[in-house]
Amino acid sequence: MIVFRYDDTFEGVLSAVFDAFNLKKWPQHILTSSDILPLFCTEEFYVQTTDEKFNRVSQAMTKRLPSIALNQISYVWFSQQPERAILIFNYLVKVFKVKHDISHNFADPDILAIRNLAKKVAHERHYLMMFVRFNAINNQGEKIYFASVEPRYNILPFVLDFFKDRFADQKWVLFDSVRQYGYFYDLKHVQIIHLDEHDDFMINGQINDNYLNEDERRFQKMWHRYCQATTIKERVNPKLQKKSMPVRFWKNLPETWHEDP
Amino acid sequence: MIKDSTIKKLEILAESAKYDVSCASSGTTRKNQQGGIGSAHGWGICHTFTADGRCVSLLKIMLTNFCLYDCAYCINRRSNDIRRAAFSPKELAELTIEFYRRNYIEGLFLSSGIIKNADHTMERMLRVIKDLRTVHNFNGYIHMKAIPGASRELVYQAGLYADRLSVNLEIPTEDNLKRLAPEKDHQSIFLPMRHIQQHLLENKEERSKFRHAPKFSAAGQSTQLIVGATDETDQQILQLTAKLYKRPSMKRVYYSGFIPVNGYDKRLPVVKDVPRIRENRLYQADWLLRFYKFDVNEIVNDQHQTLDLDMDPKLSWAIRNPHYFPIDINRASYAQILRVPGIGVRSAKLIVSARQHGRLNLAALKRIGVVLKRAQFFIICHEMQSFKLQNSSPEYIRLSLKEPSLPIMAVPQQLSIGLE
Repeated sequence: MIVFRYDDTFEGVLSAVFDAFNLKKWPQHILTSSDILPLFCTEEFYVQTTDEKFNRVSQAMTKRLPSIALNQISYVWFSQQPERAILIFNYLVKVFKVKHDISHNFADPDILAIRNLAKKVAHERHYLMMFVRFNAINNQGEKIYFASVEPRYNILPFVLDFFKDRFADQKWVLFDSVRQYGYFYDLKHVQIIHLDEHDDFMINGQINDNYLNEDERRFQKMWHRYCQATTIKERVNPKLQKKSMPVRFWKNLPETWHEDP
Repeated sequence: MIKDSTIKKLEILAESAKYDVSCASSGTTRKNQQGGIGSAHGWGICHTFTADGRCVSLLKIMLTNFCLYDCAYCINRRSNDIRRAAFSPKELAELTIEFYRRNYIEGLFLSSGIIKNADHTMERMLRVIKDLRTVHNFNGYIHMKAIPGASRELVYQAGLYADRLSVNLEIPTEDNLKRLAPEKDHQSIFLPMRHIQQHLLENKEERSKFRHAPKFSAAGQSTQLIVGATDETDQQILQLTAKLYKRPSMKRVYYSGFIPVNGYDKRLPVVKDVPRIRENRLYQADWLLRFYKFDVNEIVNDQHQTLDLDMDPKLSWAIRNPHYFPIDINRASYAQILRVPGIGVRSAKLIVSARQHGRLNLAALKRIGVVLKRAQFFIICHEMQSFKLQNSSPEYIRLSLKEPSLPIMAVPQQLSIGLE
């Protein structure tokens, strides 16, 4: 069994594809330097990431694949799942080995695997459009709308354009509490931000009350009351509710907080 | 500072609006314009789900729940002793914006009780949505209810600011409507419906000549039917639906299982539970009309006036029509494949694109997402031994595919078909 090791970058995966075709060797695993070597491994190969390899493969990729497939690949990469490297690798090898476009051959397990993981990531992205809740906060006299989220995959970059277009006339921050980074929109540009570790701004993923605008809790309360009032008691069905709105998001959804804040 | 009275009003008027089932925010795409607030997305976005499992996409609210009318099925009828409230147009527009800024909602769904007369009410509603668009520079979604009997000019005005207009039919037949809602008749409902359609078509033509002519109710219109309050059969209901869908502007017909909000009214039937399964079956049949190109007479006809409660209408049709099958997955057209129970729009599309690369077998179908439990009786494909339907009687299939008695509730879902 052959194993490739790479530097955990997207450029690295594409360089691995280049090397594989060069060596005519097809690895079973593509591991990062910290991954443990599996049993029965007979050969280990270290992929050197270079701009030249990356450019060659990425040019070939954009030429050979429709944009839908390219989007799927970038979703898969941003999923940050451990298997992402080998999935993309197998997919690209398959694409380059034949002449015609096989990106629609969903009967093929490798192609379906890419599609399915990409779909999961796309779904998480859609969840983010649904379940982001902005809180108006005071930042040195400035009103900023701040939202803290905990998505399964690293998908903040994929929703920026959406929020930038939608909330063009307000300053906002979208913060990923799992990966501890976020983006700030200042009415013109979106830039990446980190919160100071010693800051008391966030406590357990929740914004410290002292920073909230004076009306903010009341708006949360109104939203909570509104959602209670629109519920039809005769039709209560919590299972259905949880299916459509997974509980892992509830922490950031005022309408699900049972005590009125 | 928000007043306590605003919170109270919000509660009362949300409570009053909750029986309206429509909540979709799909059908228009609008980018943010001139640095204003908001945008609309073609497939719509839900923002939360209430404890009854229904999606909340829009701030569904009434401008007021005072009402002149006395419709038997309506919680807000004149003779009911309930808490009443009214927003001022300005107040409601501001509230909508505040909710929108926090990403609670996609926009506004505005309805109202009828005060003074139809036109007076329409004018006040119009002021809310006009404020949103012109004062607040709001580009999000707006759905407004047209009031039965409102004048043509006001309907036109409303359509210039709203993405969707709707008029609720409520009761499918004229006689029953007259009985339960003496102040309404089909004429007062169908007339504004027709106005909306005419304006929409005229607008389309105008826009083809002048690119910058404002859009009129771009997401079309919708309507709602109450199911189970009166004695109409599924056949009558679906025939009406099909007729409505023939109109180019009608985008959705919603079905609302009857909830006895006024138990004391002798004209209404005594029911214990909301007819959820029937409602669900109607939505499934509706889906067959819109996305599967079924003709209404294939689903319900004089021999089959009611939908089968034990199985979905597509399966029920397939069992009644064995001569359509077997369908060869590797050869049949997209339209034919779409008719197989267990294969939805998404799987049918995947099948058609995947088979260009090689013959499909059962394992591949399963991977693609076909529900073989149902589909196996109706298809043949590569490596499949024989056609199952021939060896099984309709009764056998019916029994083996009967759904467990626990119903899945019908949700008026956002459309999200085949999106990548």
